[in-house]
Amino acid sequence: MVESRLPESLIHSLGAQLTPVRRLPPPWLRTAGWLLAVAVIATGLLLHYGTEHMLRRWAEEPDIALAGMGAVVTAVCAAWAAFALGVPGRSPNWAWLPLPGLLLWVGASGLGCLRDLVAPIAPVASAHQAGDCLVFIISFSVPLSLLLIALLRRACSLRPVRTAVMIGLASAAASSALLEICHGFAVAATDLLMHALAVGIVVAANAAMGGRLLQPSLR
Amino acid sequence: MTDADLSASDTPERRRAAWMAAAQGGDRLAYERVLGDSLSLIRAAARRQGVSVDQLDDVVQETLLTVHKVRHTYDPSRSYDAWLSAIAGRRAIDALRSHGRRGRRELHDEHAYDTVAELDDATAATERDQEARRLREAIASLPPGQREAVEQLGLKEHSLAEAAAQTGRQTGALKVNLHRAMKALRARFHGDP
Repeated sequence: MVESRLPESLIHSLGAQLTPVRRLPPPWLRTAGWLLAVAVIATGLLLHYGTEHMLRRWAEEPDIALAGMGAVVTAVCAAWAAFALGVPGRSPNWAWLPLPGLLLWVGASGLGCLRDLVAPIAPVASAHQAGDCLVFIISFSVPLSLLLIALLRRACSLRPVRTAVMIGLASAAASSALLEICHGFAVAATDLLMHALAVGIVVAANAAMGGRLLQPSLR
Repeated sequence: MTDADLSASDTPERRRAAWMAAAQGGDRLAYERVLGDSLSLIRAAARRQGVSVDQLDDVVQETLLTVHKVRHTYDPSRSYDAWLSAIAGRRAIDALRSHGRRGRRELHDEHAYDTVAELDDATAATERDQEARRLREAIASLPPGQREAVEQLGLKEHSLAEAAAQTGRQTGALKVNLHRAMKALRARFHGDP
């Protein structure tokens, strides 16, 4: 097959417009930058609420500690996956990275919920208090998602919806982990449902807007 | 970067990676070399996505423009070919989608088929292709602000408000840029001042 004429003039004009660029830092470093913001919020909450209540609750119900650890691992892995997916040529399999943390988070929460049905230790949240959890998770997820989107707009996400799902998951998981600092209830079914609903809303909202927000360089 | 920096034993992929790394630092010669060396890779990636021969040049052009915009995302410690092929593959899918949309709009316009006498005239088609290519190249050579205005308002047919929302520019600036771009294109094609 005969190849068409090379677009030399375009290459020449792009060469004429060339300026040095600052390379995108590696995904792990950008993940660390976002986690620093999460750590600052966590420090503020810890200073306000103290650690005593949280540690006592963990000692009484170790599955809550496990669920919190799962949420932290999910947040770290999902943020890392989002930054990796934002670089052309990286494997789409990065989207599976948060799965083990997610399984630990959901599994430990479910186990805690079952155990509290059989032998409750901590007080169970009312529907109104469970609603507060929903507001907390969404309120913290919004700025954390916006920060991730801002950090990712300089990248070039070729799979914007998948990246946006990772952003939603990272933000919701981080917000759930932050909620553990001041969460005063056992993992009852209503509360767990509300947490799941909050995570679902955050992930779905990111997925719905991700394509438009994450691709300034492809438009 | 000089040719001496690249030994003869370097593979073509490593050579392209080294050229792109140098281009990120502002080396124009290396940039033009890596872009020229990338054309066959872009065409191969487009063909893998099922792009037809007559659309290949569009995909090449769009990919080169995207590479220019996102060249800061290339990590020299990783494969240049994988980075480029991912961008080309995405641009190929965009071209196929856009072609599909255009095809759906145009297939039912029987009046247009009846009135365009030279529809099957290969010479006229080639001339149109050449003119389209010249126009695309002229648009690509515009300064970034003017090119953006033409792409958003002229080619993608966005409203001023949509273009302003997508580019983050004021509508006034977009209008000025479009006006300047049209003036520059007229001067280039017709010699008007």
